[in-house]
Amino acid sequence: MEEILKNQNPAVDYSHPILTVQDLVVKFNLRSQVLTALRGINMELYKGESLAIVGESGSGKSVFCKTFMGLLDNNGWIDKGAIHYGGYDLTSFKKEKEWIKIRGKRIAMVFQDPMTSLNPLKTIGKQIQEAFTLHNKVSKEDAKKRTLELLADVGIEDAERRYKQYPHEFSGGMRQRVVIAIAMACVPEILICDEPTTALDVTIQAQILDLLKKLQEKYGLTVIYITHDLGVVANVADRIAVMYAGDIVEIGTCDEVFYDPKHPYTWALLSSLPQLGVKGEDLYSIQGTPPNLFQHIQGDAFSARNPQALKVDFVARPPYFEVTPTHKARTWLLDPRAPKIEPPPQIKNITNISRGGDLD
Amino acid sequence: MAEYASDALVSVRNMEVTFGTKRKPFVAVHKVSFDIYKGETFGLVGESGSGKTTIGRAIIRINPLSDGEVYFNGERISGKISKELDRDVTKNIQMIFQDPMASLNERAKVDYIVSEGLMNVRKDLSKEEREKKVEAALLDVGLLPEFASRFPHEFSGGQRQRIGIARSLIMEPKFIIADEPISALDVSIRAQVLNLMSKLQKEHGLTYLFIAHDLSVMRFICDRIAVIHKGVIVELAETEMLFAHPLHPYTRALLSAIPLPDPKSERHKKLLVYDPSCHDYSVDKPVWTEIEPGHFIMGNQKELDGYRARLAKN
Repeated sequence: MEEILKNQNPAVDYSHPILTVQDLVVKFNLRSQVLTALRGINMELYKGESLAIVGESGSGKSVFCKTFMGLLDNNGWIDKGAIHYGGYDLTSFKKEKEWIKIRGKRIAMVFQDPMTSLNPLKTIGKQIQEAFTLHNKVSKEDAKKRTLELLADVGIEDAERRYKQYPHEFSGGMRQRVVIAIAMACVPEILICDEPTTALDVTIQAQILDLLKKLQEKYGLTVIYITHDLGVVANVADRIAVMYAGDIVEIGTCDEVFYDPKHPYTWALLSSLPQLGVKGEDLYSIQGTPPNLFQHIQGDAFSARNPQALKVDFVARPPYFEVTPTHKARTWLLDPRAPKIEPPPQIKNITNISRGGDLD
Repeated sequence: MAEYASDALVSVRNMEVTFGTKRKPFVAVHKVSFDIYKGETFGLVGESGSGKTTIGRAIIRINPLSDGEVYFNGERISGKISKELDRDVTKNIQMIFQDPMASLNERAKVDYIVSEGLMNVRKDLSKEEREKKVEAALLDVGLLPEFASRFPHEFSGGQRQRIGIARSLIMEPKFIIADEPISALDVSIRAQVLNLMSKLQKEHGLTYLFIAHDLSVMRFICDRIAVIHKGVIVELAETEMLFAHPLHPYTRALLSAIPLPDPKSERHKKLLVYDPSCHDYSVDKPVWTEIEPGHFIMGNQKELDGYRARLAKN
C-alpha cells in the first residue's frame, strides 16, 4: 500500500496515521426524534496528505469533521466509536478545557462563507491576533509581528495598512485569505477546509486553492477538504472519500476514484457533472432524495435511488470490498457472485474533456 | 428611433448604469450593447462586481439607466414608459434568483408565493382560476399540487429553486432572467434544475438570459456567451466558438480557471492571471469589432492584429 501511495505524493508518510477514526456513530436529538447522522465510519488520516471528503448536503461530511474539534451542536452526541489523535481519544473529551489543547492549536478549520465567519466590528488584525494570543503567552508587539507575518503568508500585500482595516473593506477572496490566516495562526497539524471556495468566483477559487497548496507545502500540513464539487477535488486531493447518508461508501486515491470508480453513487455523482453533459441532451441526474436518517436504514443506503440495484442491496448492508490496497468501496457489485454491471459510458470520457481553445 | 435587430427579443443599446451620488458617481455598466434572439439562451459571465447582475436588473427595470436604451420586442422599455407597457414588461419578463433559501418569503405558503404576481397583474382572474394556474405551474416544474399549502422551510434546496421557477413561469413570460440559478445548489441538484430549465424552454418557447460566473456550466446550457469585466463586455461569441478560440486575455484567464474533474489535466493546469494593465489604451482607443462572423471583441488596432494572427494560426 505504501508503495502505491508514495507515487501519489512523496511528502506523505503513509506508515503511521496521525488520526484514526473507528466505528464512529453520531446521533442528534431533533424534535424528540433521534437522527443518526454518522453510521459507523472508519477512516485513517496520514501526515502531510490532503484528503477530500465529497458528498451531497446532508451526507454528514461537515458533522464528521466537526467531531474532530468538539464542535457538535448541543443536541448531538457521539454514540459509539473512537477518534485517536496525538495520544488522546477525542471522544472522551468532555470539558472545554480539554478541547482547548486541540481546537485551533493542533486542528484548525477554515469555514465556508467568509462573509459570515468574520466579525464585522473588529479589525482583521485583531481577529487574527486573537486566535494567536489565546494559545500563546506573548507580548502585544510579538503578537502583532506574528500577525503581519501571517498576512504576508496568505498573500495579503501591504500588511501594515490591512492590519487596521475591517472585513467590509476586503473583497470576498481577500476575506477568505483572512479566514485562512486565522486558522493558520498557531500553525496547526491538521487543517480542515469546509467548502473553502464554494462562495467564491472561479478565478478566485483557483487562487485560494493554490494558496492552500503552498501553505501545505511550507508547513507540512495535513489538509481535509470538505466539498460537493468534484472539479475542485481533482486539483488538490491525494485521496478522496465519497460520503453518502452518514457513511464513507468509497475511498481511494484521486486517480482511482476518478478513473476507476466502483460505487454506483460515485458513478452518479460523476455523471451529473455539467462538464460531461452533451448540449441539447438531458444531463444525468440522480433520482429521488437521500434516505431518511431518522429511520433505520436497511441494506445499501443508495439502493432506493439506484436503478440498477441488486436484490441483496435492499436486504444487507455491503461490507468494504478491497479493489487495491488503497481503494475500497462498500458495494455488493464487487462481490465475486455479483453480476457484471458496467459504469455509465459518459464517465469514461472524463479524460477527453478540455477547457477549450489553445490553452492546454 | 435607434436601430435594433429585427429578430431580437431584447436589444440593449449603449446601456450605462450609475450608482452613488452626483458628486461621487460610480459607473457600474459602461456603454454595453447586445441583442438576445428569440428562443436562445444568452449567457453573461464575469466575476463578482463586474456588473452582470446589474445588467439583468436594468433590463427588468429595477435599476434605472443613466444612458442608453433597452428594447423588448421592438418597443423601448427603459426610461419613462406608459403604465400599460410597464405592466406588460412585468408580465413578459421574469426573474429567477440565486439563493432559493433567501428568495422565498418564509411566512407565506407556496400557494401565495407562486400566485403573488398574478394577483397584481391579472386582476381579472377568479380565485378558482388562479388556483388552477398555480397547480399547473407546480406540475410544470415537477412538484405536486398539494405542496401549495406548505411553507418554504418544508422543502429542500432543489425543491425551493423549483418553487422559484414556478413563480416566474406562472406569469407566462417570454423572457426569463436567471441570475446564478444554480450557484447555491449541490452538484446533484444542479443537474435537475438545468434539465428542468431546458425542458421548459422547449415547451414554452422561452428565451433566457443566464447570468453566472462558472463557464463550465454555461458551455452546457448557453447558445451564445458574453464575457463582462468591470462593466465592459470584452468578448461575445457563440459558445463553441468562444471555447475554441478564446481571444481576449480575460476570457482566457476565466477559461484557464475552470475546474475539470480530471486529476491528470488538473495537475498540469496553468493558471492565467488577467492583468488589466496589459492594455495600452492611452492613444489607440479600443473598439468593439467583429473579428470573425458572430465573434465580437473589444480591443485597439494593435491588439486586434494580434487576435487576427492567432485566429489565422488555428
